[in-house]
Amino acid sequence: MHPTDFTLRGAIEALNEGLLTSVELTQAHLDAITALNPRLNAYVTVTAEQALAQAKASDARRAAGVAGPLEGVPLAIKDLFCTAGVRTTAGSRILDNFIPPYESTVSGNLLRDGAVFLGKVNLDEFAMGSSNTTSAFGPVENPWSRANDPDTRLVPGGSSGGSAAAVAARLALGATATDTGGSIRQPAAFCGIAGIKPTYGRCSRFGIVAFASSLDQAGPVARTVEDCAILLRSMAGFDPKDSTSADVPVPDFAAACARGVKGLRIGVPKEYRLEGTPPEIEALWEQGLAWLREQGAETVEISLPHTKYALPTYYIVAPAEASSNLARYDGVRFGRREKGADLKDLYERTRAAGFGAEVRRRIMIGTYVLSAGYYDAYYLKAQKIRALIKRDFDQAFANVDAIVTPATPSAAFGMDEKQDDPVTMYLNDVFTVTANLAGLPGLSVPSGLDAQGLPLGLQVIGRAFDEETVFAVGNAIEQAADFTALPRLRAGA
Amino acid sequence: MSLDTATVRRIASLARIRLEEPEVPRMQAELNGILGWIEQLQAVDTEGVEPMAGGGAVSLRMREDAVTDGGIPEQVLANAPDREGEYFGVPKVVE
Repeated sequence: MHPTDFTLRGAIEALNEGLLTSVELTQAHLDAITALNPRLNAYVTVTAEQALAQAKASDARRAAGVAGPLEGVPLAIKDLFCTAGVRTTAGSRILDNFIPPYESTVSGNLLRDGAVFLGKVNLDEFAMGSSNTTSAFGPVENPWSRANDPDTRLVPGGSSGGSAAAVAARLALGATATDTGGSIRQPAAFCGIAGIKPTYGRCSRFGIVAFASSLDQAGPVARTVEDCAILLRSMAGFDPKDSTSADVPVPDFAAACARGVKGLRIGVPKEYRLEGTPPEIEALWEQGLAWLREQGAETVEISLPHTKYALPTYYIVAPAEASSNLARYDGVRFGRREKGADLKDLYERTRAAGFGAEVRRRIMIGTYVLSAGYYDAYYLKAQKIRALIKRDFDQAFANVDAIVTPATPSAAFGMDEKQDDPVTMYLNDVFTVTANLAGLPGLSVPSGLDAQGLPLGLQVIGRAFDEETVFAVGNAIEQAADFTALPRLRAGA
Repeated sequence: MSLDTATVRRIASLARIRLEEPEVPRMQAELNGILGWIEQLQAVDTEGVEPMAGGGAVSLRMREDAVTDGGIPEQVLANAPDREGEYFGVPKVVE
């Protein structure tokens, strides 16, 4: 067995049994990155020396009998998490020289638990995008391709496209990611892996480059649901440095995976049956519900009446918060600076040169909806509809334990598709964005293939802070789906 | 609601993003496309609904108003594009 083929849990067991060392495991992943990253462009920065030093230190800790829960496990870190002394770009030209003097809480938690960092992975600029084509460091390629059309390069989804592509191609055992409207779940689905956006407040946002603060949440992507559960336990936890961090206990998520679904009530929202959804996705959804019924769950039709307003609501709330958050990139304290005749000219030239087209567009929308005379009509209206969307879920969860939907309205698309009209790209997040608006956990599980051999995912949404039920349902789907297909581009292939 | 070119220029100025004149029509068309799509929200009855401001149900907590960090000017200035001593350098603001 090639060391990059281990699941994260399998790797931990192999390390514990002395079948290999963290140095060997880390070197195998670094070799895989050297071989495949020139094509995939998943990593923006590879920290090979640091990774091997961490692996060596980890092996020493294990030998001394003080192994942490993730001792010696090589991971990729989305380049939105600040890493002390390692360049953190957010996929933007405006931060292409930024070296944080501090560590994000989430990545710090992973280091505390013994993880090894292979490097920083690519993303849509400031996490704004659904295809990883807006990165200033070039697009990421999906390691999967269509069976009948292997030459068309596909997107990995976004914004966490580098995280998902790296894990799918076996260039890391797991990765950190973030999700503001679907940025963990959509790329996970496109790349045939699992990914969870936990409840808002579950993971600290401290040290994560902010996009839309009331929606942003960190979470893991990995090749199995259980691997996500193991990673989330380390990533999560109360942090006084984030005022919205929830002071609640972090359960053993991995233990919850094996709970089973017997007796659970699974909601099936009728508003998620969208016209134009490919029949394969409808069929997979039905199949997923049948699997759950076979394992003792009951499926119940529910109504989330404000679903169709979720995306337009998001495209007011998220750009508004982004326009405020991104005001800090002014060329004065960090990042790129362009010369200007005076201070305003310096700001304007710096921001025009430093931000890409999609980021500029969203800042403009956000500035407009917050501007004098329009705030009530747009921003306040959107906040009220957001409250109605959350109320829909509150009412649904009075009768069901979890909700199951498709993860995405399509499989991965070509790199040159859907690039002409921003709204067409935004529709990728139609099934995922509601969980961000309502602050709920959502898990994407690889569940099947389309006719062209591309992976499709199902999404499990749960009650706030009930990731355990989400993991139990996701694990049940994963077991029944027995998803064993592999991408064409992968280490060891 | 449709934005005219003067409004597009005003928003760019408010956002402190330099917009070259040839870029204005394209930005105008894209913004109007997005705003036209968002317009459907006006049809939703939100009478008496409390706006949802944050992302979570947990209410914000209070903390002691105490200094917990500081005294690290070199770290704060480490990424500065321009500095003079312990200050960020910018073009002259006051004549």
